Amino acid sequence: MTIVPGELQVPIEGEADIVLARQKGRELAAEIGFSSTEQTIVALAISEIARNIVSYAERGEITFAKLDDGARRGLMVVARDQGPGIADIDLAMRDGYSTARSLGIGLPGAKRVMDEFEIESERDRGTTITMKKWLP
Amino acid sequence: MAVPILKQGDILIASIQSALSDRELVELRDSFSEQIGRLRSRGVVVDVTALDVLDSFATRTLRGIAHTARLRGATAVVVGIQPDVAFAMVQLGLSLEGVETALDLEEGMALLNRTDTADDHRAR
Repeated sequence: MTIVPGELQVPIEGEADIVLARQKGRELAAEIGFSSTEQTIVALAISEIARNIVSYAERGEITFAKLDDGARRGLMVVARDQGPGIADIDLAMRDGYSTARSLGIGLPGAKRVMDEFEIESERDRGTTITMKKWLP
Repeated sequence: MAVPILKQGDILIASIQSALSDRELVELRDSFSEQIGRLRSRGVVVDVTALDVLDSFATRTLRGIAHTARLRGATAVVVGIQPDVAFAMVQLGLSLEGVETALDLEEGMALLNRTDTADDHRAR
């Protein structure tokens, strides 16, 4: 897999940055050639992982990169924070589970709509969520 | 930017014009709740035609608006959810259960007026 040079980073320092992150993600998805429906799905998934940063870690960043492995093109979204970490990832990925005041549907929902979704988290060190969507 | 709330008869209308932050959505919910009482409104319409994403927070706040309105004796209708937005919500598993929806502002107003008429019939 190749990451096309020219990453784009959006700092997440408050809830207003959630809007900015999903707008940037949508723009990039459009550039890559995703349909308007897919752009909306990607923007929604970005909104949920950005919100996860604001709710649990307060600050972090989202990095966008275009992917091209020769056979297919796609978008990679990486959300990184240095927050408290997720104690139990399996529990966090369960529909309806939340320790903040939310529906607990954000992360499992984002996973459902993206092609690849990985969480790495370490207690008191932070969380990194990497998700990818490939052009159909 | 706060969302302006217009009054038309006994109906309040908020047309969301651009992507809203969480705080602005919560402000909208609170000002609806206050104005329903002050202006004695029977219905509120939230027009989300301009929104390109409704995420879990927005969905939850719209539900909050509808439930608060209900408790204050009014009916809330969410109108103008775009096809892509609706599809993405379904894919992600977000719903607006328990919230009245209509295709657009006109349909939303018609729905509220029908509700009024039904109430009048019951009252007689």
